[in-house]
Amino acid sequence: MSYATGTSTNQSPARNYLNAAHTVKSWLLTVDHKRIAILYLISVTVAFFLGGVAAFIFRLDLLTPEGDLLRSDTYNRLFTMHGVIMVFLFLVPSIPATLGNFLVPVMIGARDLAFPRLNLASWYMYMAGAAFILYAIIAGGVDTGWTFYTPYSTAFSNTHVAMTLVGVFIAGFSSIFTGLNFIVTIHKMRAPGLTWFRLPLFIWAHYATSLIMVLATPVLAVTLFLAALERLAGLGIFDPARGGDPVLYQHLFWFYSHPAVYIMILPSLGVTAELITCFCRKNIFGYKFVAGSSIAIAVLGFLVWGHHMFVTSQSPYAGIVFSVISYLVAVPSAIKVFNFTATIYRGSVSWESPMIYALGFIGLFLIGGLTGLFLANLGTDVHLHDTYFVVAHFHYIMVGGALMGYLGGLHFWWPKITGKLYNEFWARIAAALVFVGFNLTFFPQFIVGYLGNPRRYHFYPPEFQVYHVLSTAGSTVLGLGYLLPLFYLTYSLFKGKAAPANPWGAKGLEWEIPSPPPTENFLKPVTVTEEAYAYPLRKPGAK
Amino acid sequence: MKEFAYFPEQASSFASQIDLLYFALIGITTFFTVLVTVLILFFAVKYRRRPGNEIATETPEYKWMEVSWSLIPLFVGLILFAWGAKLYVDVYRGDDADRMHIFGVGKQWMWKFQHPDGRREINDLHVPVGIPIKMTLISQDVIHSFYVPAFRVKHDVLPMRYTTVWFKAIKPGVYHLFCAEYCGSDHSRMGGKVYVMEAAEYQAWLASPQVEGGPNRNTDFGGGKAAGVASVTNAGAGAADPLDQPGQILEVQGCRACHKTDSIALAPQLEGIFGTTVELATGQTVKVDENYIRESILNPNAKVVKGFVPVMPPYAGILSEEQIMEVIKYIKSTSGAKGAGQGHK
Repeated sequence: MSYATGTSTNQSPARNYLNAAHTVKSWLLTVDHKRIAILYLISVTVAFFLGGVAAFIFRLDLLTPEGDLLRSDTYNRLFTMHGVIMVFLFLVPSIPATLGNFLVPVMIGARDLAFPRLNLASWYMYMAGAAFILYAIIAGGVDTGWTFYTPYSTAFSNTHVAMTLVGVFIAGFSSIFTGLNFIVTIHKMRAPGLTWFRLPLFIWAHYATSLIMVLATPVLAVTLFLAALERLAGLGIFDPARGGDPVLYQHLFWFYSHPAVYIMILPSLGVTAELITCFCRKNIFGYKFVAGSSIAIAVLGFLVWGHHMFVTSQSPYAGIVFSVISYLVAVPSAIKVFNFTATIYRGSVSWESPMIYALGFIGLFLIGGLTGLFLANLGTDVHLHDTYFVVAHFHYIMVGGALMGYLGGLHFWWPKITGKLYNEFWARIAAALVFVGFNLTFFPQFIVGYLGNPRRYHFYPPEFQVYHVLSTAGSTVLGLGYLLPLFYLTYSLFKGKAAPANPWGAKGLEWEIPSPPPTENFLKPVTVTEEAYAYPLRKPGAK
Repeated sequence: MKEFAYFPEQASSFASQIDLLYFALIGITTFFTVLVTVLILFFAVKYRRRPGNEIATETPEYKWMEVSWSLIPLFVGLILFAWGAKLYVDVYRGDDADRMHIFGVGKQWMWKFQHPDGRREINDLHVPVGIPIKMTLISQDVIHSFYVPAFRVKHDVLPMRYTTVWFKAIKPGVYHLFCAEYCGSDHSRMGGKVYVMEAAEYQAWLASPQVEGGPNRNTDFGGGKAAGVASVTNAGAGAADPLDQPGQILEVQGCRACHKTDSIALAPQLEGIFGTTVELATGQTVKVDENYIRESILNPNAKVVKGFVPVMPPYAGILSEEQIMEVIKYIKSTSGAKGAGQGHK
């Protein structure tokens, strides 16, 4: 990259996007992608905290087979609250709307996203959706599970289902807006010389994610809209008593919600590629394979939704097709992991906290991905479907994978975003706690799942108790690991040392501008003349 | 039940086949997990940054490497897929000749089962060992899922549609019966025990007097907070409600006015029709099976047989699921069709 070669400064400029204006209005009406990223960062952190508290309460309750802490109705509301908040208000927007919003324009040498006002509208849609969802929770909660299966959700539940459906419907538009913005920005606003195959893999991952957001989210919106109509107006679409088909709902719902898993994991894979290359001081092994595998995952991800319905009287032929396509997804996923591994080979590896998150990510993504083979398999899925095995599997992907990537990315770009350095010692402790706590929480769930413990069970047979106790113990460690960054990152804002422009010695346009960046991002025109990750290398055998 | 468990019992004829695939999957996934983890840790330590290794070393990219680690997972994956698909088709969807039929209704939050001789029970299920059993299941409200982990059997139970599942128990004992699809407040209490008994024991159980109102949610599983299902009573086989006898249902509900036993009048003859294929007024053909009969009772005008006028009133809300099942059983028994609800011989 040649933007600032030789002129890169370690001094923060007097004016940057953070101190450009100080009024509340300057934040709430900002069209600066970096400020909107901060708005999102605060919002999703609050959402994560609420979802986490719900999970911790029902994990405590699950310490005993009789569920001595909660009533069943409360338990059902808590796991629904956990799922709805974590999926729609945290995981889906987490990386794209915070790190993606901040970095996509900077990494491609642009001043902002293509549609800055649409970007702000996206945050307001998110907040409006969140307001509905939170209102439903405060008003008494929802007990359908985050999947809103019909006809339970449309005809039987006595909780605030419609309110929640409307909230998720509105929040969906924030994804669509973000995805649309990214696609146009990446197509049209790349700096001269920044060809497609020079893009950082973070950009490829966000491009693939945006495709899913734009193509799949409308299907979810339509589905939830129909469900709300059925519930409120008595339209018979999914309720068989009114001539509907409840399985149709599942097809439509998973047509979005399976690709949605890739909305959560692809950005993390992109972050991990950035972290591994930086902390190995090395170019990625097999750039085109890693970039292409993001697109392959996004495309194949649209064709596997039926693997959620192997025991729902779906035709066996459909089951076979969905199963084999699900197995095909294993290939691009394996390509990513093997290429990451090969990148570390002969690197110059430093073990700073973002790298610990990245290595943890690979491990957890590996287990999450491989246990998916058990569930995509027609033979074993009949037994495993709707058990704790499924719970463990998708938490390995969505929490182990997506969240490790998010935290790794947040630590990596924190100095760039805030201009401050955090305490590295505590950051390493937190990364280790998250990794250990996560495994302790979710690994026992694979075993209790194969034993047959169904998911969403408030009461369970006593012979399963030991696994639940381990799980709850793990969740305590995990909770600690999540709380620590809240403290040392917040502390760094006030007392942290000023961050240089490029604290990690990383490649990439974002590291050639000051920390924090000026509102305009780049003060002079950007031209790109080299590949991504062009770290200096020595020849094999050379000293 | 045991204090602690680490692996589910293999109590059905195919449990061991499923477990074999499960172990193969564990073996393969463990191999790849260990391989990648060891490589990553080894590289990350060996090539750590230190004096003399401040700069990474160029690594040539070999096409054969990329191709092989794409093709090997593909190849291994396809084998695992094919193995699972074969089990699914052969085992779970295997043909259903010569099976003892048990009918089950799921509702918030209980299971009701009816044996071939009319014997009923709630939440618990008694089955003989060594005899293939076909369960025909339907829900009265939301989606439930019939799940017996020891049998490795699970199938969703849908409202307004029959689904079937089969198993052959091979080991006498007591096993968990769960509802696996979230169905509301007492989802985790919806279930009980499956008692697998020797054939003679099963016959003795069938003959034993039925306790009014089935046993409640298994008491060793969360004691004292059971759902209020005890009030639901079910007359036993000995004191069956006359309305539940198919002959009576057909008379009382007025079916016989048109569906005559000896001639084809205003409506098709019921006797002997099960398993045949009939032509509809629309020119399409339909096979007469459980779901078609059920639909024709509840919504008769949906698929009218050619040559008849749509004059039958709908019976939705008039007959219970159990009564509909009785009528179907009767039609099957007069059709000499396979699996006519008479159980094993």
